[in-house]
Amino acid sequence: MIKVKGLTKDYGARRAINNLTFDAEQGEIVGFLGPNGAGKTTTMRILSGYMPPTDGEAVVAGFDVVTDSIEVRRRVGYMPETVPLYRDMSVYDFLKFMADLRHLPNAEDRIDETLELVAMTDRADGYIGNLSKGMKQRIGLAQALLHRPEVLILDEPTIGLDPGQVVEVRELIKEIGKERTVLLSTHILSEAQNICDRVLIINKGKIVTEDTPENLQARLVGAERVILRIRGEQDDLPLLLKKVKGVEDVEPRSDGSVEFAFAPGRDVRPEVARALIKEGYDLLEMRLVGLSLEEIFLELTGSEGKGN
Amino acid sequence: MRNIWIIAKKEYDHYFASLIAYAVAFTILLVLGIIFGVNLWYYTNNAFQSSGTIPDSSSVTGAFVFLLVFFVPALTMHLVSDENRLGTLELLLTAPLRDHELIVGKWLGGFLFIFTLVVITLVYPVVIDNFVQPGIDWSMVLTSYLGVLLVTSAFLGLGVGISAMFSNQIATMFVTFTLFVFLWWLVGFPANLAPVGADVFRYLDMSTHFYDTLNQGVIQLGDLVYFLSLTALGLFIGTTAIEIRRWR
Ligand SMILES: Nc1ncnc2c1ncn2[C@@H]1O[C@H](COP(=O)(O)OP(=O)(O)O)[C@@H](O)[C@H]1O
Ligand SMILES: [Mg+2]
Repeated sequence: MIKVKGLTKDYGARRAINNLTFDAEQGEIVGFLGPNGAGKTTTMRILSGYMPPTDGEAVVAGFDVVTDSIEVRRRVGYMPETVPLYRDMSVYDFLKFMADLRHLPNAEDRIDETLELVAMTDRADGYIGNLSKGMKQRIGLAQALLHRPEVLILDEPTIGLDPGQVVEVRELIKEIGKERTVLLSTHILSEAQNICDRVLIINKGKIVTEDTPENLQARLVGAERVILRIRGEQDDLPLLLKKVKGVEDVEPRSDGSVEFAFAPGRDVRPEVARALIKEGYDLLEMRLVGLSLEEIFLELTGSEGKGN
Repeated sequence: MRNIWIIAKKEYDHYFASLIAYAVAFTILLVLGIIFGVNLWYYTNNAFQSSGTIPDSSSVTGAFVFLLVFFVPALTMHLVSDENRLGTLELLLTAPLRDHELIVGKWLGGFLFIFTLVVITLVYPVVIDNFVQPGIDWSMVLTSYLGVLLVTSAFLGLGVGISAMFSNQIATMFVTFTLFVFLWWLVGFPANLAPVGADVFRYLDMSTHFYDTLNQGVIQLGDLVYFLSLTALGLFIGTTAIEIRRWR
């Protein structure tokens, strides 16, 4: 459904994406994971027919994005990053306008169905400007779904939403992704892992790695760090921890807690807990801390530089 | 064609929800109404003395185009620049719609809005027609109204073209207004002074293409070419500005 080969885009002298190659099949949800400035938006804009690449080619739903841009646009639903909408239009009028632009024969029915899908039926007559951020996001999705596109491209669909809304939007995307090809971008690892069938990790315009969420998880286990807190005096704790097999990289923290890592694929938290209790410590807290995207890149590209 | 119409309809509807558009419509209709009223009063009071002059609507259409110099920039400033500022241009540029259809649609939306005002002001000649015997010269009236539409077309084309180059309404309005003042008044001055090229300046002067011919009931091919070329030029600039935006 999406076939990208050697895709490159320069903004003046600045190279935003460099020689990207990947594809996405029908019924697959592919995640584009990367920090700000990685080139996610640039790639999606090229795939949605907004702008041509400097080099390379992309075929979406069977059509070339440069030579058959209009055909591509007919078959793609696209939600831009900031979800631009006409604030002074009503939800219904806006969707009618978008449906008309796509020449939908049964626009009214489609709008009703789509509003139901994104649970916004009761807001159809309200002005877009009066909607909450989460509702606007859903209207942005509705707009992209109106014509039941073969390919759905969503640029950071959950950014700026509160946790409840994030869950809702994720569920909605999963539901939609059952039959359609979805390409979505995010800078949150857990989101990519939660929604996607496959994750492409992109940094500084290049694809760093590509894997299923399960495999990524396995590759990242070694990267997980644990923060541990006990009641009372903690001075002896590092020594004790170092005796537990599999514990690495023990570091006292300034707030009195202790941080450590464990070897890939070996979650030593149960052993640590047992050892502490056996020695008579009161365990107050033991939690996994996520890594920053930068640390994840280092981890996945095999560099030895975890922690700092 | 259908896409052009869809864009035009949205813009047309948008004017009827816009305060600026209402203010423009109100001002135009008020000023023209006053001019018309004064004319009518003058005619009814002097009809017997100056029996040779038959009133017409050229003072109304003449004032109409004068007002357009000031008000078209206010009506076109947001057309594309606002889509740009709000990011909604991204929705339009990823919809199955060609760039020139977008630009022409924006132009048509503005044109239909002013066309609505023009139709309303047709009341004035109709009223005059009832006052004079044996009635007014309708071919002359319709020619001067054609002139108003041609001026509207050229101004809107240029306005949309300029709007596509900016993402700021005020900048758009300022540049558009400056261009209109230049075309309407300033370009005519060198025509009287310059020893060479006077014909070129004279041809560029928009006001003469209206006041000297169309508003007097005269249709000349040169005038039609002038207004339609300016319209096409503006729409071409607008389409090019969108294309440049894509390739940048
Ligand atoms: N319109 C633009 N003009 C110039 N540079 C841009 C433009 N858009 C993005 N960039 C640059 O291209 C790079 C990739 O940006 P972007 O695709 O927006 O990344 P992401 O969506 O992953 O945050 C960044 O370095 C950004 O500064
Ligand atoms: Mg982005």
